[in-house]
Amino acid sequence: MQAYYPLFTAIPLAATFLTLLLAKITRRAADVMAFLVTALLAVMAVRMLFEAPFMYTVGNWKPPFGILLVSDGLSSLMLVVINVIGFLAVIFSLKYMTTYTAKEKYFALFMLMIAGMNGVVITGDMFNMYVFLEIASIASYALVGFGTGRRELEASFKYLILGGVASTAILFGIAILYSLTGTLNMPDLAQQLELIGMTRAVSFVMALFIMGFGLKASAVPFHAWLPDAHPSAPAPISAMLSGVLIKALGMYTIMRIMFDIVGRNALVAGILMFLGALSMTVAGLLAIGQSDFKRMLAYSSISQMGYVLIAIGLALNPNAELTVAALALIGGLFHLVNHAVFKSLLFLGSGAVEYRTGTRDLGELGGLIRKMPVTGTSVAIGSLSIAGVPPFNGFWSKLIIIIALLKGGYWIYGSLAVLVGFITLFYFIKLQRETLFGKLPEALTGVREAPFAMTLPLVILAALCVVMGLGYVAVEGSLLEAAKSALLDKLAYMNLVIGG
Amino acid sequence: MILYFLSLVLLVMGLYCLIAKKNIVKKIVGIVITEYSINLFLILVGYRKDGVAPILLKGMHHGELVQHGVDPLPQALVLTSIVIGLGTLALMVALCLRMYEKYKTFDMSKINKLRG
Amino acid sequence: MDRLESEIRDTSKGMTPIVKTVVRFVMGIIVIFGAYIVLFGHLTPGGGFAGGVILAAAYVVLVLAFGRELGLSKMSNKAASILDNFGALAFISLGLLGFTGGWFFLNFLPKGKMFDLFSAGDIPLMNIAIGIKVTASLFAIFIALSIFGRVIYKMSDLDDSESEE
Repeated sequence: MQAYYPLFTAIPLAATFLTLLLAKITRRAADVMAFLVTALLAVMAVRMLFEAPFMYTVGNWKPPFGILLVSDGLSSLMLVVINVIGFLAVIFSLKYMTTYTAKEKYFALFMLMIAGMNGVVITGDMFNMYVFLEIASIASYALVGFGTGRRELEASFKYLILGGVASTAILFGIAILYSLTGTLNMPDLAQQLELIGMTRAVSFVMALFIMGFGLKASAVPFHAWLPDAHPSAPAPISAMLSGVLIKALGMYTIMRIMFDIVGRNALVAGILMFLGALSMTVAGLLAIGQSDFKRMLAYSSISQMGYVLIAIGLALNPNAELTVAALALIGGLFHLVNHAVFKSLLFLGSGAVEYRTGTRDLGELGGLIRKMPVTGTSVAIGSLSIAGVPPFNGFWSKLIIIIALLKGGYWIYGSLAVLVGFITLFYFIKLQRETLFGKLPEALTGVREAPFAMTLPLVILAALCVVMGLGYVAVEGSLLEAAKSALLDKLAYMNLVIGG
Repeated sequence: MILYFLSLVLLVMGLYCLIAKKNIVKKIVGIVITEYSINLFLILVGYRKDGVAPILLKGMHHGELVQHGVDPLPQALVLTSIVIGLGTLALMVALCLRMYEKYKTFDMSKINKLRG
Repeated sequence: MDRLESEIRDTSKGMTPIVKTVVRFVMGIIVIFGAYIVLFGHLTPGGGFAGGVILAAAYVVLVLAFGRELGLSKMSNKAASILDNFGALAFISLGLLGFTGGWFFLNFLPKGKMFDLFSAGDIPLMNIAIGIKVTASLFAIFIALSIFGRVIYKMSDLDDSESEE
């Protein structure tokens, strides 16, 4: 399996162009191709969980001259999240995208986005990460404006301009890092930055990276594109964007750079905790007044990413003891995986509701649990999980983050986290009351249950919520321990280039 | 030293154009100027005083390039960055034309259907 | 020869006959120059992307001088799409063929003597694949935007008030 590591990007890239070629012969080829490729990638990603950390040199050029691919606990965890949720979104799109034209172009762009995201998490070279980040971003700009109505185009244009400025800032940071150290290889950068220390130039680079990657991860001063882009996209793309893209492009890169390359630093930790707290409260308060189903879910995404940012910030602080940092990191990573599962569940559920009823406005929906029982139950399970109700998985991750904050002595941030938890519970109960329970309006008396291809991913994701909540101890032991130790142990990352 | 300063002036000019102008086409020009200013900065990072181009001619020894040549790595990075900029520009112009078709105007302050 | 003369004398489509005659001559030179930059990419500066842009420029000059219908009759939309995907697939398969030597993107063909045309392994082949892809892509972008331009030209005839600044 070690020798086939680059196939995570090569297979979806080849599938993109093969889909467009074969679609000129038969139109069904696009569906079959997308289904097979994402199934294969999901199986390979789960298989990668059982491998020891290793390093792969592309083209047999020795580091630090060549491009390096690195596999450790964090990369394997992100690969599983990206590919499994991608596979479920493809199953959902097989039926949902029949209402749009040009289905083969949709699947080609989807494969390109998955290739870009896989590339970001497996690479160990700074500029290679920038190239794959751009590939995934450009594919997502095109996918957001896929149904070319007025709102989709405006949302896509806004997203494009803001994302373009963020990418420029990231490239600026990479240029300054190259001029300081003379290398672009990530483990080698870690060694060189230890010799240089924290000069003013390195602080400037950190500021540029927080701005650039913070925009991709939608932290609060840089969140303005998300509430327009995520509702306008087609429902499986909203699930991929909100569930996977902001984590693979934003959170993963912040974790990799701040933990493994720069090291623990009090100033950056303080900034990240402040941004996280800001995201949690501002987005949570703005989500209460929304009347559009998907826009409320989009604001809730920003709020939950605030939880993960605050946990990462706490773990980065060199003044916090190691047990508190490890606890915060486990809570943050678990919340990342949980949010991927239940936010994509909620967005796919909203897509199923829109497919059958034709509307997203909360004022026009109601009482759907009688007409669409499977969809309704799954969306109910998802809402309860994200609000943090006990036997589901959201409860454990939020509890661990709050305990870590209080143990670290941050009383204000801890109580803010508890308050935002209550706000989340409030607006998700409002969501459930408006859509699932309550009176069924006249216009919706004829709706039936969503098709099987659309309910199957919903059921699988809801089952994952329940299983990960009840079997929390097993999940922590296998997945999260590896990821946490990969992040906290900077020396092991640097030695990958010498010993491997 | 002056050259680094001038590339930063280009960056600020591009950002000003992006923020202050209301016409969409002028905003697109602003983003393109910003991206190209960063490409210019990246090439300047690899410059060496009194350097020669890093091309190995017939009869030249490798050591001459190492001693006198400019750094070739930023030039490869800039090539990639220009291609990425081209892709983003094509997408931006296509979106701009489609938006004119729907909204009948190029003025960004009139394109405000999504609020709240 | 009659059809070409009538194309050149037809002033309703495209530009004046002087421009058309000059373009007829210059386009061949541009194509040869672009092909030279693509093929010698491993010896002189340039390579796949720069050569592909020059080849696409030759095509753009043709469309500007003679009008869009003649341009589309030389290379249609469908042919451009097929060439585009074929170029990208050729590049990826050259990378995957490196697995025969053991590593992804390994340079597996014999390297030859320095400064020769047929040297440096599979780098000239990759340059050719990228050149084909970039030519087809830029041609497709140009044709798509020019079709939009026609729609917007017709639309802007209807209302004259356009806000500037």
